Amino acid sequence: MASGAQGRAITIFRVTNPAPADDLTGFSVPGSGRGILDVFRYRYLLRLLIRKGTQTRYHGSVLGWTWSYVKPAAQFGIFYVVMGVFLNLNRGIENFPIYLFSGIIVVNLFNESFSNATKSIVNNKALVKKIYLPRELFPVADVFIAFVHFLPQLVILLTVLLFVGWAPTLVQVSGALLAIFIVLTFALGLGLFFGALNVSFRDAQNLVEIILLFATWTAPVLYSFTLVRDKLPPWLFDLYMANPLTVAVELFHSAFWFPTTSETMERPEHLWLLAGIAVVAVAVLMVVGQFVFRKLEGRFAQDL
Amino acid sequence: MPKTSEARPSIIIDDVAKHFTLRHTQSFKELFISWIQRKKLTSSFQALDGIDVRVAEGESVALLGYNGSGKSTLLKLISGVLRPDRGRILTRGRVAGLIEVGAGFHPDLSGRDNVYLNAAILGMSRPEIDARFDQIVEFSEIGEFIDTEVKHYSSGMFVRLAFSVAIHTELDILLVDEVLAVGDAPFREKCKTKIRELVEQGKTMFVVSHDLGMVSELCSRGIVIRRGKMIFDGPVDEAVATLKESTR
Repeated sequence: MASGAQGRAITIFRVTNPAPADDLTGFSVPGSGRGILDVFRYRYLLRLLIRKGTQTRYHGSVLGWTWSYVKPAAQFGIFYVVMGVFLNLNRGIENFPIYLFSGIIVVNLFNESFSNATKSIVNNKALVKKIYLPRELFPVADVFIAFVHFLPQLVILLTVLLFVGWAPTLVQVSGALLAIFIVLTFALGLGLFFGALNVSFRDAQNLVEIILLFATWTAPVLYSFTLVRDKLPPWLFDLYMANPLTVAVELFHSAFWFPTTSETMERPEHLWLLAGIAVVAVAVLMVVGQFVFRKLEGRFAQDL
Repeated sequence: MPKTSEARPSIIIDDVAKHFTLRHTQSFKELFISWIQRKKLTSSFQALDGIDVRVAEGESVALLGYNGSGKSTLLKLISGVLRPDRGRILTRGRVAGLIEVGAGFHPDLSGRDNVYLNAAILGMSRPEIDARFDQIVEFSEIGEFIDTEVKHYSSGMFVRLAFSVAIHTELDILLVDEVLAVGDAPFREKCKTKIRELVEQGKTMFVVSHDLGMVSELCSRGIVIRRGKMIFDGPVDEAVATLKESTR
């Protein structure tokens, strides 16, 4: 595949020499694009794809969008009762329900966007096989759709916070926005990588499920990061804190949970530095994901 | 041999070859086991070989051949869905494919939403779709059902709407693959008229069909492909005759 692409590039280069008879101005090579940058050129289609995804999600259900509120509320209820009441994990964490919920919604956002993006190419098989579009559109649309479904959860959280009394600083709120950016970019980078692999090997989506299981339990959602710090050797703990998802969860804690407490709880050191590292890490991952996606893209139509 | 007119070409196909690698493994496990047993992981199939075609602007070309000859593969190469292994393909202008229309239709969306979605998939912008929306609905004869969910449509209605969207896209090169076998006789007539209109407007056409009567009506030039190789390129009547003489 790679040699073919190079060969094509060379021939195109050659025709710009004066000798050949063809005037090739205005010609383009079908099926060649600029990858994820082309998504911006197709933003109207992207918008329609996102609308399609959100409109049809609860199609045929009576409660419709209410489910987007009910499901996280139920998840929260279970975790709260099991972790907080039965296992008593809330010992030492003030306002544990808010701690729990503000973390859960970050992990939910990551899980949904990552797993949807992984399956997006296979799910849009009919189109990928028949019409040329920048294929990145599908994972990108799925990540946005996941974000749309994250909003009701955020609304629930904010409603609760309104009752508790929440006075965040501007810095804390920008931290939360940065966290959302980190999670979405992280999920898209991974989604491009595994989504492209998934075309040839459906094992990828199963592997992703396991990754998501790890993600749910390794992020400091159900417990405090101090528990991890006390158990792990320092180098492993540093690695733990370098996980972009951990950083995003902690940024959410800082924005939504911490201001509701008496602000005496311990917070991770250098959280903004970690956030900076996370931004770089997810950006690199995105480049790698796009690179692999582009490499494998040529085979999508024939492998599906 | 091919009579390319003075007009600039719209499609350039230079010595194109495409082979498919058929993998016999679908999972990491199978891949690993075959690798351990040193079994052949893949086999190769030459779908197209040494195809050289130039289509001038405004020309309508029929691509003929029996099943498995590589016609659809060539069309997919031109549309960019597949990439050639060797040679090069260049197109000029907007390429639109009437390739199994309705691929982007979503059953739970209304006809209206589907028109917008599919026209956008075919590369149209919002103002372009707005401008043509009424034409599309009129041509499809869907009428008042345009706001009904597509899953409630009859298969005929579905295909008419899908075809109508595809034929109304802004295009310079139209690729047609077997979709003219849709709808009832009056609708088919209407489609042919529409396609003839496009030809008169100077659009370039590339038609794949088994309906020899129809292609000789719509096209002036015919290309016959047999087992991935081009065996004839010339006037459409002679192409039809060549196809009839050849074997699969």
